[in-house]
Amino acid sequence: MPEPVEAPRLLPPATRFILQCGKDARDAAGRGFGLALPEAACRAESAGGRAALWLGPDERLLLAPAGLEDVLAGELEAALGGLPHSLVDVSHRQAALAVAGPAARELLSHGCPLDLDDAVFPVGMCTRTVLGRAEVVLWRSRPEEYHLETGRSFASYVLGWLREAEQGG
Amino acid sequence: MSAFRTASGGRVDRARRLRFTFDGRAWEGLAGDTLASALLANGVHLVGRSFKYHRPRGILTAGAEEPNALVTVRRDAARETPNLKATQVELYDGLVAESQNRWPSLGFDVGRVNDLLSPLFPAGFYYKTFMWPRSAWARLYEPVIRRAAGLGRAPEAPDPDRYAQRHAHCDVLVVGAGPAGIAAARAAADAGACVILCDEQSEPGGALLDGAPAQIDGLAAGDWLARAVAALAADPKVRMLARTTAFGYFPHNHLGLVERCTDHIAAPAADSVRERLWQVRAREVVLAAGAIEQPLVFPGNDRPGVMLAGAARSYLKRYGVRAGTRAVLVTATDAAYQAALDLHAAGVAIAAIADLRPAAAGVWVEAARRAGIEVLAGAAIGGTRGGRRVSGVTISGRTIACDLVLMSGGYAPSVHLFSQSRGRLTWSDSMRCFVPSQSAERERSAGACRGVYGLAAALADGAAAGLAAARACGFTGIERGYAVAGESATHQAPGATPPAVADRGKAFVDFQNDVTIRDLVLAAQEGFRSIEHVKRYTTVGMATDQGKTSNLNALGLVAARLGKPVPDVGHTTFRMPYTPVTFGALAGAARGELFDPVRTTPMHEVAVARGAVFEDVGQWKRARYFPRAGEDMHAAVARECLAVRNACGVFDASTLGKIAVVGPDAAEFLNRLYVNDFAGLGVGRCRYGVLLREDGFVYDDGVIARLAADRFHVTTTTGGAARVLAMMEDYRQTEWPGLAVWLTSTTEQWAVIAVQGPLARRVIEPLAAGIDLAPSALPHMAVAHGRIAGAPAMLFRVSFTGELGYEINVPAARGVAVWEAVCAAGRAHGITPYGTETMHVLRAEKGYIIVGQETDGTAVPDDVGLAWAIGRKKPDFVGKRSIERAGIRRAGRKQLVGLRTRDPKIVLEEGAQLADRPGIPAPMKPVGHVTSSYASAVLGHSIALAMIAGGRARIGQTLFVRVPGGDVEAKVTIPVFYDPEGARLHA
Amino acid sequence: MLLIPCPYCGERPEIEFSYSGQAHLVRPPRPAELSDEAWSEYLYVRDNPRGRHAERWRHLRGCGRFFNAIRDTTTDRIAVTYRMGEPPP
Ligand SMILES: [Zn+2]
Repeated sequence: MPEPVEAPRLLPPATRFILQCGKDARDAAGRGFGLALPEAACRAESAGGRAALWLGPDERLLLAPAGLEDVLAGELEAALGGLPHSLVDVSHRQAALAVAGPAARELLSHGCPLDLDDAVFPVGMCTRTVLGRAEVVLWRSRPEEYHLETGRSFASYVLGWLREAEQGG
Repeated sequence: MSAFRTASGGRVDRARRLRFTFDGRAWEGLAGDTLASALLANGVHLVGRSFKYHRPRGILTAGAEEPNALVTVRRDAARETPNLKATQVELYDGLVAESQNRWPSLGFDVGRVNDLLSPLFPAGFYYKTFMWPRSAWARLYEPVIRRAAGLGRAPEAPDPDRYAQRHAHCDVLVVGAGPAGIAAARAAADAGACVILCDEQSEPGGALLDGAPAQIDGLAAGDWLARAVAALAADPKVRMLARTTAFGYFPHNHLGLVERCTDHIAAPAADSVRERLWQVRAREVVLAAGAIEQPLVFPGNDRPGVMLAGAARSYLKRYGVRAGTRAVLVTATDAAYQAALDLHAAGVAIAAIADLRPAAAGVWVEAARRAGIEVLAGAAIGGTRGGRRVSGVTISGRTIACDLVLMSGGYAPSVHLFSQSRGRLTWSDSMRCFVPSQSAERERSAGACRGVYGLAAALADGAAAGLAAARACGFTGIERGYAVAGESATHQAPGATPPAVADRGKAFVDFQNDVTIRDLVLAAQEGFRSIEHVKRYTTVGMATDQGKTSNLNALGLVAARLGKPVPDVGHTTFRMPYTPVTFGALAGAARGELFDPVRTTPMHEVAVARGAVFEDVGQWKRARYFPRAGEDMHAAVARECLAVRNACGVFDASTLGKIAVVGPDAAEFLNRLYVNDFAGLGVGRCRYGVLLREDGFVYDDGVIARLAADRFHVTTTTGGAARVLAMMEDYRQTEWPGLAVWLTSTTEQWAVIAVQGPLARRVIEPLAAGIDLAPSALPHMAVAHGRIAGAPAMLFRVSFTGELGYEINVPAARGVAVWEAVCAAGRAHGITPYGTETMHVLRAEKGYIIVGQETDGTAVPDDVGLAWAIGRKKPDFVGKRSIERAGIRRAGRKQLVGLRTRDPKIVLEEGAQLADRPGIPAPMKPVGHVTSSYASAVLGHSIALAMIAGGRARIGQTLFVRVPGGDVEAKVTIPVFYDPEGARLHA
Repeated sequence: MLLIPCPYCGERPEIEFSYSGQAHLVRPPRPAELSDEAWSEYLYVRDNPRGRHAERWRHLRGCGRFFNAIRDTTTDRIAVTYRMGEPPP
């Protein structure tokens, strides 16, 4: 029998930006964001309710509490100054889910083809991947907690899929 | 207890009796039985009819290789599983099984006439006979053949069971938990590797389950097995999977496993998982799949009661079942002698051992003679006698009465998975079988599956393979051995495929597909030289058992017939699955609502509440129309169309693809990509963009807005969103990496509410803050930022209807509130929600194309009247060189035109073909085809768009649309039916 | 399912990738100067080797980057992957 797992759940709305740029702009943006943006592949940094996730060599996902779209855009654009970059508000593009508990990893292994072993997928790792037939950003935010981001219109599928996986043992 | 059950021994639980039925008759078995062993314990040998000749068939084997004993196990109407092997079906209390491929009953089968008519059914019969007339296939041949040759039936009710899937990763995957596999798993785990050990049987042990008389490390083999299994089960680094078949070996050590979780349980819990598909990615694989005993080929070798010697031994030692009372062993190897001796010891009379080898001698022969068994060396098998059960066998002209014939043609390594992994096989002359030679994957075989036989040898080979696999993963382990004592010499001489026997009577090579020696001889006579061709011609090895008990014999026979060495004839390819896999396991959770993501827009629930009828557009659900009480689609669409033309309509356009193209070089990037001039597009302005592939054909279209000097909002078709973004990324990353521009999908960020119609401005104006809607401030194809109904908004003045129109973009979560606000504000103006069907009619009235409907991947811009969009001064854009090719510029290409039917009520069928004369007999070469066709409410007649060769030059001509029963007259027109001057757009 | 080493993310299952055809085809800088034949060659003519093949992949459901791979078409073995712009090793 699977170990108990907290029910997968939708997380509240958030402020989200996709920042794409080179290293100089990233350094500047990190100062504006109050959190150094990760340079190592597939790493996330988080502190004080904000997080920055490496999605690609020049692409970062910035997360902050809901309602900060205008504030954050202002701060980031000011910090970025004239450095070439693309900052796009995607707060509503995505929805977030949490999968937590001792069996969270096993639950995800029902549909995620990645090796989620500690040695391969440690705390602080994040990546775009697939879960079932949906694309997700998978971030291991804590030892027994995974933060998932998926397209707004995929959220109910992902949630339904996780619940079925829970039943499926 | 039945007469065939021994008093003691075996792994069955004699205290737990289980009831079951077979073909409606009640029987009793024991816990630990398979259906096959339970039937044999009751003296039942006739369990099926053969595929082609409907011959009575019995149980040939004791495992997954069984070709004959296919049964249907039924729990209820929806849980009816055909084609299960009785040798693998674990007995549970209340099990209901039925034989297959017989009518009306197993004992009396009408199809048996096929056997009598068998001269009519030689190899290639189907190819030769059912050639003509072609139409007879559908009406006659196929239905009859299918009914006559069925392999059980699938239930018609939906499968109520739950299937799960799991991805797993490990250092070492060991397939097969016989002695070699257990030793391999032990060695790998001891070295520190993370191990998965799977086995298809109900419990690990492999050949040890048949009771080896040896001791391992000082323990009786059975006790050693129990300890070894318990230790592996307790090891946190080891995952043991019983009832789990590794069915497929895919590239890069990716293996598919099916775990059968509940099929052995009498009453599975309602929610339990029936089967689990494991997708395992292993760094190293150890195959310890064992070997399969091969039959001998002689006349009547398929009669019930003829059984592989090893299987009979297995039934005796594992299940405590004597498969008969008086047996004859026919063998070509030493390996089968142990079976005869064991059966003899258990009270089965062994009437004779017929050894086909001319000089049969040695310890086994002596042991048999010591036991008082007659051994006939150099024996020739004439055939068997009997009806539904063997009653005798003719050996060298002498008929010996018996009710059981044991046969053994030696063992063939189970190289199926190895071969699937693209490993290279090599022919072993000494063992007369194929063995693995060169691995293609990070894999090694151990034990019998590579021709290493015997308990001590298998343990040593497995331990070495497990250690080597762990070391290949970077672990350091030390070698350890197993002390084996008292092992009989049984498997030391693995045996050989015997020479062919005279083809008098029916000597079966492939039991499941009913292929005889005669069929193979015929194939050789008819010129087939490669075993792959012989296989296809005769169907040998092509049944669901994939020739596990037939390939090697077929190969030997064909090679002998052709006078070639076996390796020169080659071997057939093993393909996945090793044994059949249910669709349920492959589908897993992907059924019903989870079959595919169902994507809904932010305003979906509003549309549901308004009674919308939805259509699927890719994964999206889109509102197609909003019927009022009593309205059909036609009436609803007509009403919606008129509302937009005369007042105002509101439409959910959220599914449109959207891409933010941002960066200092954004304009240059789009300029290179699209046919249009985007460098010259002013901030706050929009332009209709056309995107070609490099081959010049229209790929997508959409409105592109310049929000800032370095920021564009690109829209794509609903279906094109992902592929347009992929194409853009391709050019950005690989062709023009020097451009400072980045792409972000924003499709889901925005709820898009289209407000269209002459009164649209009046609806929106009171809701807008910070946006001047005056035509001078916000003309057609302009965009402004501000607030609509309190939500931050981008307001586009664009139209896909030909009316004054706006598209309100607000953050997705604000969509419902803004939609409701728009509807409230529009109530006084008669605002009407409309769906995709109305959108299609409105755009067709205006001659706006839909990529993928008017275009089909072979249309260049000029073909669909979009040459005007091309930026004439641009030296290059994607696809430009291609549309300048001579072949693209030639006259007579299909061009977009309109069609007006002579009878205004006739709505043409989309896809209908056009001719320039009426009544041309089929097949005709059409001049074009209808691409879109609707009834236009505002015009009062039907309209159609069509792609017609040289279409623009045909305007004014009459063409003929082919419809069932004749031709419909239609006049070619320009493709714009409504407001051709475009005055309404600019209102 | 192949295991493909993304030059940015490391080994990942094939399901995360999209295949994008032959590598090292460069779009001619001035297509207008090419004959119809030369342009058609660029558009349509591709290698179809038995063995070593330089090809493009994209880590679509990963870092999003295109990259090149040398794959043996007979064994599916991937000898090496490397970033766009880098010469084939
Ligand atoms: Zn990557």
